[in-house]
Amino acid sequence: MVIGGAGLVCGAALAFAARFLAVHEDPRIEKVLDILPGANCGGCAYAGCADYARAIVVDNAPINLCAPGGQEVIDRLAAFLGVASQTRERNVAIVLCGGDDEHAGRKFDYNGIADCAAAHAVAGGDKQCVFGCLGYGTCARVCPVGAIEITPQRIARVHPDVCIGCGACVDACPRHLIRLVPAERRIHVLCSSKDKGPRVKEVCTVGCIGCTRCTRLAENEAIRMDGALAVVDYSKDLESEAVIEKCPTRCIVKR
Amino acid sequence: MVPRLFHARPRGVHPDDRKALSAAMPVETLPLPSILRVSMAQHLGAPATPVVKKGEAVRRGQRIGAASGFISAHVHAPTSGTVKAVQDAPTLSGPPAPAVDIEPDGEDAWTDLQPCPAWRNTPAAALVERIAEAGVVGMGGAGFPTHVKLQPPPEKHIDTLIINGAECEPYLTADYRLMLEDPQRIWTGACIIAHVLGVERVRIAIEDNKPDAIAAMAGVVREFKGDAAVVSLETLYPQGAEKQQIRALLGREVPSGGLPMDVGALVENVATACAVHDAVLTGQPLIERIVTVTGTPVQRPKNVRARIGTCFNDLAGFCGGLKGAAKLIAGGPMMGLAQPSLDGAVTKTASGVLALASEECTAFESLPCIGCGRCIAACPAGLVPAELSLYLEAEDYEAAAACHVMDCIECGCCAYVCPARRPMVQHMRRGKAWAAARSRSR
Ligand code: SF4
Ligand code: SF4
Ligand code: SF4
Repeated sequence: MVIGGAGLVCGAALAFAARFLAVHEDPRIEKVLDILPGANCGGCAYAGCADYARAIVVDNAPINLCAPGGQEVIDRLAAFLGVASQTRERNVAIVLCGGDDEHAGRKFDYNGIADCAAAHAVAGGDKQCVFGCLGYGTCARVCPVGAIEITPQRIARVHPDVCIGCGACVDACPRHLIRLVPAERRIHVLCSSKDKGPRVKEVCTVGCIGCTRCTRLAENEAIRMDGALAVVDYSKDLESEAVIEKCPTRCIVKR
Repeated sequence: MVPRLFHARPRGVHPDDRKALSAAMPVETLPLPSILRVSMAQHLGAPATPVVKKGEAVRRGQRIGAASGFISAHVHAPTSGTVKAVQDAPTLSGPPAPAVDIEPDGEDAWTDLQPCPAWRNTPAAALVERIAEAGVVGMGGAGFPTHVKLQPPPEKHIDTLIINGAECEPYLTADYRLMLEDPQRIWTGACIIAHVLGVERVRIAIEDNKPDAIAAMAGVVREFKGDAAVVSLETLYPQGAEKQQIRALLGREVPSGGLPMDVGALVENVATACAVHDAVLTGQPLIERIVTVTGTPVQRPKNVRARIGTCFNDLAGFCGGLKGAAKLIAGGPMMGLAQPSLDGAVTKTASGVLALASEECTAFESLPCIGCGRCIAACPAGLVPAELSLYLEAEDYEAAAACHVMDCIECGCCAYVCPARRPMVQHMRRGKAWAAARSRSR
């Protein structure tokens, strides 16, 4: 009886409070939220779609930050808010390692937890190359859209048409092999090894051996050397496919 | 927070100890190898910073790595020779750390040492300084810098020093041989530590499967006037673990997340006591240790006195080589670190090199938890490993932290008894790494 009474009183108080203390939100927030895809991926750097919607309306945040929404959402937001449409540079993830089990050796049989971070902590990982992809799919598990495939030869491969560029995988990879790059850049050096050429050859047949040939063939100095590793400068145009053919270990690919 | 279980009796397991392979072998000294690879990360805490350069000549006992933080330790040249390289090399646990390669010149010439025979009249702070200077760390496994342990905050009162000779890991006999062959050095080291801490009560803890070691230590302790005794512990893995030993000996329970000093105790391994003796009485830094090289594939298992930095390959060669080794472990089978090759090198904490033949290590697949509860009965830390492993498998680190994953001592009892062969310790390590990272970022 007493408890029921107390409940009633409290309920009444709450109803009263809700009525008089309600925050009057800008109704456009709700509309903007409707336009956003609701993926809540956090790729826009806000804490989910609702937070981003509020930021657009209240803080005039840029409207081209939503990766899953793409150009269509930007256009709809622009129309609704009555501002000029913007374009979005689409970024996609790429795993900078091509040494799958066919081309790069393992140094022992690992049968612990199937997770790259866990495997990496056991004697530095079971791959002979200490830089290469372990293939236990930690990146694939954090990808909100299932864009990463672990191939039967145990290497991670991003499907660029599915990837929304949220960057979750970049942070998850214990080997720091994944980068976000502009989607229109198609030519990549699929290697992250800091080892010198002879050592790379010992452990992997498709690793960069640092011969520097590609740096001379690439236009705009779009490939540079970082020590013994050729690195693509994704801010530069790179179209010439000669680099692909002339790479002695074929570690440069077009995807 | 979930309360921890309190078992009336100590928990653990009884693995076959396999010590007979090497127990009867007196310690032999390995001749100087052709190259020594001295890691800068041989202790808990920040790796030392190399202070020598390629091409430099060094003398035996000269400092080549400087402690780089409060919890860190100096590293010294194990012999005289030339620095061949200063570069990153894989550590026994995997991730690379700086290492100094030294090519011995064969002279084995010491740098100037400062012996301190009158330690009884030397203030504690000066002795701690010497121990720090000598780079002494806990040689039982964890590698905690000894000088840090010997400077407890003033509000902690330590009344008992425990010298740990349990050596509960199967296969290992390095500490056992040390107790048989050099009890006096251990005992003097213990007296120095007791003097530094100002404690009256010293206990030497040895498992009851080593009666001759108990007798040897009792022989030297007899001459001591204070309250010192050799105590035999029930043979039970992991009786050598600090907290478990304190409980067995003193009946005191170290609180969750606490340290032995919270209950007035301090535990040092017998080899560490020996190193303290050397550091003070002769001024010699920690540059060598006894390593048990054992396992059925080892042709002549031995206890070897080897310089820090000796390659496992050289040790194996000294013991007649390996035949049909399928698995290599640095340390013992329960807590040791699996090694991909014999390329690793002796560190201050490397008590053994163990090789196992293929018929001794089954390839297994781990299965889901069947809820049998054996791990709960085995866990000496009073945890519920089954539940923890489920949380950790689901990457629910918060829940694992609430179930005291940080109190796990990584002894491996749970994995040892698990019929589903779950990678329990690996789960626990992940959970502990996560919890440690969280407390750092707070
Ligand atoms: S997790 Fe990586 S692959 Fe998946 S969508 Fe995000 S950026 Fe792309
Ligand atoms: S890219 Fe990184 S996280 Fe993904 S499978 Fe390879 S090592 Fe693992
Ligand atoms: S490894 Fe950790 S959880 Fe497992 S038995 Fe030992 S203390 Fe308990």
